[in-house]
Amino acid sequence: MIKYYLQLALRSLRRNPVLTALMVIAIGFGVASSMTTYAVLHALSGDPIPWKSNKLFFPQIDAWGPNPHRNGHEPADAMTYIDAVSLMRDHRAHRQSALYPIAPTVRSDDPAQKSREAPGQAVASEFFPMLDVPFLYGSSWAAADDEQHAKVVVISKSLNQRLFRGVNSVGRSIQLNSHSYRVIGVLGDWHPQPKFYDLATTDAFGSTDQVFLPFTTATDAQLATKSGFFCINLPSPGYAAMLNSSCVWIGYMVELDTPSQVRDYRSYLDSYAREQRASGRFGWEPNNRLRDLSAWLDFEQVVPAQTKMSFVVALCLLLVCMVNTVGLLLAKFLLRSGEIGVRRALGANRIAIAIQFGVEAGAIGVTGGLLGLMLTWLGIQVTRAALPRQIADLAHIDWLLLWQTLLLAVVATILAALYPVWRAMCVRPSLQLKED
Amino acid sequence: MPMHPILSALRRHKTGTVLIALQIALTLAIVCNALLIIKTQFEQMGRPTGLDEHNLFVVATTQSGIDSSTDDGKSTLDASIKADLAALRQLPDVVDAYETRSLPLTGGLWGLGIRLMPNGAYVSHTTYFQADEHTLATLGLRLVAGRNFRSDEIGEDDDSGVLQPAVIIVSKHLADNLFPRGEALGKSVYFTSATKPSTIVGIVERMQTSSTYGGTDNRTWDTTLMPMRLVGVSRYYVVRVRSGRLDAAMQSVPEALYVQDPQRIIPDGSDDNDPGVRSFAQIRSEAYQGDRTLAMLMGIISIILLAVTGCGIAGLSSFWVGQRRRHIGVRRALGATRRDIARYFLIENALISAIGIIVGILFAFEFNGWLMKQFELARLPPTYVLIGAAMLLMLSQGAALAPALRAARIAPVQAIRSR
Repeated sequence: MIKYYLQLALRSLRRNPVLTALMVIAIGFGVASSMTTYAVLHALSGDPIPWKSNKLFFPQIDAWGPNPHRNGHEPADAMTYIDAVSLMRDHRAHRQSALYPIAPTVRSDDPAQKSREAPGQAVASEFFPMLDVPFLYGSSWAAADDEQHAKVVVISKSLNQRLFRGVNSVGRSIQLNSHSYRVIGVLGDWHPQPKFYDLATTDAFGSTDQVFLPFTTATDAQLATKSGFFCINLPSPGYAAMLNSSCVWIGYMVELDTPSQVRDYRSYLDSYAREQRASGRFGWEPNNRLRDLSAWLDFEQVVPAQTKMSFVVALCLLLVCMVNTVGLLLAKFLLRSGEIGVRRALGANRIAIAIQFGVEAGAIGVTGGLLGLMLTWLGIQVTRAALPRQIADLAHIDWLLLWQTLLLAVVATILAALYPVWRAMCVRPSLQLKED
Repeated sequence: MPMHPILSALRRHKTGTVLIALQIALTLAIVCNALLIIKTQFEQMGRPTGLDEHNLFVVATTQSGIDSSTDDGKSTLDASIKADLAALRQLPDVVDAYETRSLPLTGGLWGLGIRLMPNGAYVSHTTYFQADEHTLATLGLRLVAGRNFRSDEIGEDDDSGVLQPAVIIVSKHLADNLFPRGEALGKSVYFTSATKPSTIVGIVERMQTSSTYGGTDNRTWDTTLMPMRLVGVSRYYVVRVRSGRLDAAMQSVPEALYVQDPQRIIPDGSDDNDPGVRSFAQIRSEAYQGDRTLAMLMGIISIILLAVTGCGIAGLSSFWVGQRRRHIGVRRALGATRRDIARYFLIENALISAIGIIVGILFAFEFNGWLMKQFELARLPPTYVLIGAAMLLMLSQGAALAPALRAARIAPVQAIRSR
């Protein structure tokens, strides 16, 4: 029966090619604009570490106190060196790491190669297991290396490719600025986007990190942060003064596996702030935050407002396309009131009419979806060319998006067809026969 | 023409009327706001920085193997910066050059609070740029009051500690903001944590901050030039070239710098790093990439929207014409002229459009209110709604024209025979 209805539908669609084309085009464009903007939105708002995102938390400690010049009571998103080091020493979470972005110069022994800046992070040893960072060769350094300020380095696969042509370089050394470091691990492919661990001071979609040094070693070498550094009072000159200042520039993340651990950590942060108050360092009530990863991504406004706005407007376009389709389907179905009347008079019940016209609407939906798919592909190519490089690579068509596009087209068309189909069902047999 | 038959016909085609009106209303609401978004983005992108942008480019360079934390390292760096600049200024294509860390639109923001007394309250905030006596000439900034820096006033900035130079040059916007009665020249201010005053010796007409944000935030124009050379391993050389020699200079300047120090790093743009040599046009284009993309998307969406709505109206109108062939035939037989028939359909369309536009105006302001709340979009000016309404009325009439003319061509006899 469905096959027969399909034949009927195709015949009917061919009978008014202009009306049919209008509907298919409207659905195609409506779906394509929504899916193009959705692909970008989805790429930017993706969970970078879905299997663990509910266990990763980002503590904030108010080291500045209430200030009428800042909005609200929100503490800074980065930490002072003093607080970061204290939290690391207390070691109250299952795993934790202070971190800050660095950009040391990688010097090559090969005179043909120019020296380059390598973006990287100063982190603690627990950073790697906490984020399930994959290793190609070697491993992370040990907790003892953190304490001993060991001159070791973990490098990315791409840097290993450039410096050592991709062979296992564990045990060899590289020159960063004026010091030499022993390679202890080489990462596998690891490009989390957004770069969620480094949001406190840096843009979400930056370059891939190539070197990782122990936090303690990096501050020994007096490596400055390559990113945000915020002060309410400026420190006196010198690296030591900077470390002791109230300036915030260090990111901090912890892994907490159970709700009770989260509770304990919250009360630990408060008791830490109270201790600081008792010692005279803070002159205000504890004002801490402990956001989980998704709240953190939200707080740091990883998805630009422009992207969200595009998506909303594109959805509105789809709505107009659907209203348009309602009108055209209605016209198309009611043009055939005579045919419906005959079918009803010959014994077809209302359900049969509904199925017949439902199938026809579905056929329009599928065709519109196929057109939409092509237009989405085109739209993503155009958008990618217009987006910043780091974001552009994230927006792409995968199988899921492909099916979502088709599904959206069919669902949108069926929704638009509900009223026209109902009107077709209501055509009475007798009247139509009488009129002819 | 009497309206009565049109109105009664509309009542009989309630659904179609409602659908067209709704479509016009939604389209109006979306297109007005999309136009506003496009205008906002273009306004944002079109703001002049105050610089002579056409003849400027920037070289980012890092020197390796020098420890800037020791006195020896510092003097080596200082000497090499001076040698670099001297070499650049001698190149035939180069008009002038200086060293800094950031420029308008290059991103990153170095800011300081400003007070009028050493321990007073903060009265303002400024973004600052390192500058020397060549900066005004290199950037093409226009001095509206006071004087340029002298070479003996240029200090060193080792990127740590308090900034309190004896003299500063500020933007007119900041000067007016600090001293609204226009007496800023010669006055002193104190920057964050400073104990010594900084005296305003010059005022430039206009200079934008390094960030593109803040369309509504007037801090965008509150900038200060600090008379100091940045003594660090990483820096920007800002180069102004002779008119028409930009491409040549973008080749010759890095070569000259490599002659000064073959070991230096000028990123080549591989490894997803930004390229080290960028014209100001490139800097501007990258800074506003997101705004441009949004404007483009809004433009495309508006065009699709208008096209879909136009086609939808044309489609439904021709359906109505087809449905009323007999009605038209009868009217023609009773003496209605072709012009009467065409006019009938156009007036019918105008009525529906008017309903749609009235509803659409309400929708447009509602939608704008929501966008204002969610995305801090500006308030929708009524002129946009009027322009949008006129556009949609024309579109709707245009879409109904062909079906109306077709209706007018229906001959009385043919109309009766066709049934």
